[in-house]
Amino acid sequence: MTTLVEAVDLVKVFDVSAPWLNRVIERKARQQVHAVDGVSFSIEKGRTLALVGESGCGKSTVARLLVGLHEPTRGQVRFDGLETRMVWNSSEGRALRRRIQMIFQDPYASLNPRWTVREIVGEPITEHRLATSKDELGQRVGELLKQVGLAAADMDRFPHQFSGGQRQRISIARALATRPEFLVCDEPTSALDVSVQAQVLNIMKDLQRERGLTYLFISHNLAVVRHVSDAVGVMYLGRIVELAGTRALFGEPRHPYTRMLLDAIPDIGMTGRARTPVQGEVPNPLDPPSGCSFHPRCPLANERCRVERPALTPWAGIQVACHAVTEGRH
Amino acid sequence: MTAALLEVRHLRVEFPTRRGTLVALDDVSFDIAPGEILGVVGESGAGKSLTGASIIGLLEPPGRIASGEILLEGRRIDNLPPDAMRGIRGRQIGAIFQDPLTSLNPLYTVGRQLVETIRTHLPVSEAEARERAVALLRETGIPAAEARIDQYPHQFSGGMRQRVVIALALAAEPKLIVADEPTTALDVSIQAQIISLLKRLTRDHGAAVMLVTHDMGVIAEASDRVAVMYAGRVVEMGPVQDVIHRPAHPYTVGLMGSIPSMDGSRDRLLQIEGTMPRLNAIPAGCAFNPRCPRVFERCRRERPNLMTTGATRAACWLVGQATGAAA
Repeated sequence: MTTLVEAVDLVKVFDVSAPWLNRVIERKARQQVHAVDGVSFSIEKGRTLALVGESGCGKSTVARLLVGLHEPTRGQVRFDGLETRMVWNSSEGRALRRRIQMIFQDPYASLNPRWTVREIVGEPITEHRLATSKDELGQRVGELLKQVGLAAADMDRFPHQFSGGQRQRISIARALATRPEFLVCDEPTSALDVSVQAQVLNIMKDLQRERGLTYLFISHNLAVVRHVSDAVGVMYLGRIVELAGTRALFGEPRHPYTRMLLDAIPDIGMTGRARTPVQGEVPNPLDPPSGCSFHPRCPLANERCRVERPALTPWAGIQVACHAVTEGRH
Repeated sequence: MTAALLEVRHLRVEFPTRRGTLVALDDVSFDIAPGEILGVVGESGAGKSLTGASIIGLLEPPGRIASGEILLEGRRIDNLPPDAMRGIRGRQIGAIFQDPLTSLNPLYTVGRQLVETIRTHLPVSEAEARERAVALLRETGIPAAEARIDQYPHQFSGGMRQRVVIALALAAEPKLIVADEPTTALDVSIQAQIISLLKRLTRDHGAAVMLVTHDMGVIAEASDRVAVMYAGRVVEMGPVQDVIHRPAHPYTVGLMGSIPSMDGSRDRLLQIEGTMPRLNAIPAGCAFNPRCPRVFERCRRERPNLMTTGATRAACWLVGQATGAAA
């Protein structure tokens, strides 16, 4: 197995300061939020890495960094051995964009309502000059629609004539149009009903099997993540706190936050069970706690956790950022 | 089982449109006992929120209750004039909606909203109402309630806001709480806290809860009984354990199979082909028949009503056949 995508110590800082005049009058300091704060991972060809976490943990920002929608403040994204930051703005950028595509969360917002499906799915093909004639273009769009379980005849309809699940399939067809190798999926099923979610997840799995696609799958739904991924990174306030194979992570979660998350999910197999209540909530990312950012909610926190920030370290076959785990305090 | 607190009988809700009348709810019947949590589950457009809106008397025009009745403690509430209904809403029926930000007035402090609600429904003084408001906030798990009562909604996080909304719903100690997707806008760790809060409050106050959600996990964990809705009708109803582990209706079977499970035992999710029909194109016979893997002739002709099978009731001709109880 070869590594296709690699993130090396990615950092993205957003400036969220008040406007200049307010800063002067109200004597407010500049404010910065570390949306992504030192994230590293790698994805092997043909595999799926999932990033999970609660709102505001930075998972969508990572997705955007990977496809070049944001430029990293520090760190690198490597794709197939290339450092992408240089490539996006060079003449090679177009070729790279063909190989990396993205599927967005909201199928209502990500399709142009005034375009037909033919135009939506055909645009990347025209843009990357992958078809030589109009006939070939139409044929190619038809094939793509069939692959995602729609009919070729659907291509002259508009997005509003489709249901949410069908729209998300159109998004997938559009993402596949350039024959990409790597798909970044940002919550692709969270806007969908469960029966429709199942249709979309099955299609994504089939496509991966047939074409050897590599996925970065962003989700807050751990059950979905368990179903689709080979490896999982759990994010909390801009950092990965645990990175492990799916089986290992769900079988034996190590980080206290991972354990808390897993314990918090209502599962249909657990009717009426008593659970340990989850304490507290995600702190304000503008003012993250000192040391380990999870310490105010962590049952295992001690003095060291309050002062020293744990790094993601290899431990018993997985990677975990927790003093309690590496010291054997759990 | 004790006498039902809420009874919904053959409820039918229609939306008159220029192109004919749309039937959004058709023959929906169920009841909820005091202290019970009834989960109402279904996909978008199944009519679950509409059922909740009908009960609290907030059906949006032109929607109207065409037939059937809703009884609270044996008294009809579906045909009350708006003024009388306003007295019941809040006092006897509390409501919790999905988005905690839109259910609170951003211009008033949380305390003012609570005090106003309490004083509208209960004959207490300003000071007593405030005391009560602090107690409510504390009960719903808001730390430093005395200080936070004077803050505005935007100063609260999503989970804390939903607690305020729950405190508001509980302010007049209603007997019934209609909670429409109360945890959908929240993160899982907060969702877990809100669910256990709802469960504790029903236990302590003996209130009945109608919990509307699309999340089977939430239903499994919180509710005692569950009603599964499809295209404006209840297709299966029974104790939560039975419906989840031994679903009788093919739609419920599909719904359960399509949920990725946490034990990771499914390689491929069961999928229900197609989508829920639009209100103007509900198929004849059983509304689920075009998507049903076990459809047969009778399903296309005749609409099944709920029929008893084991501990649950399902609206499916397969059940009718199996038990020979077909009406």
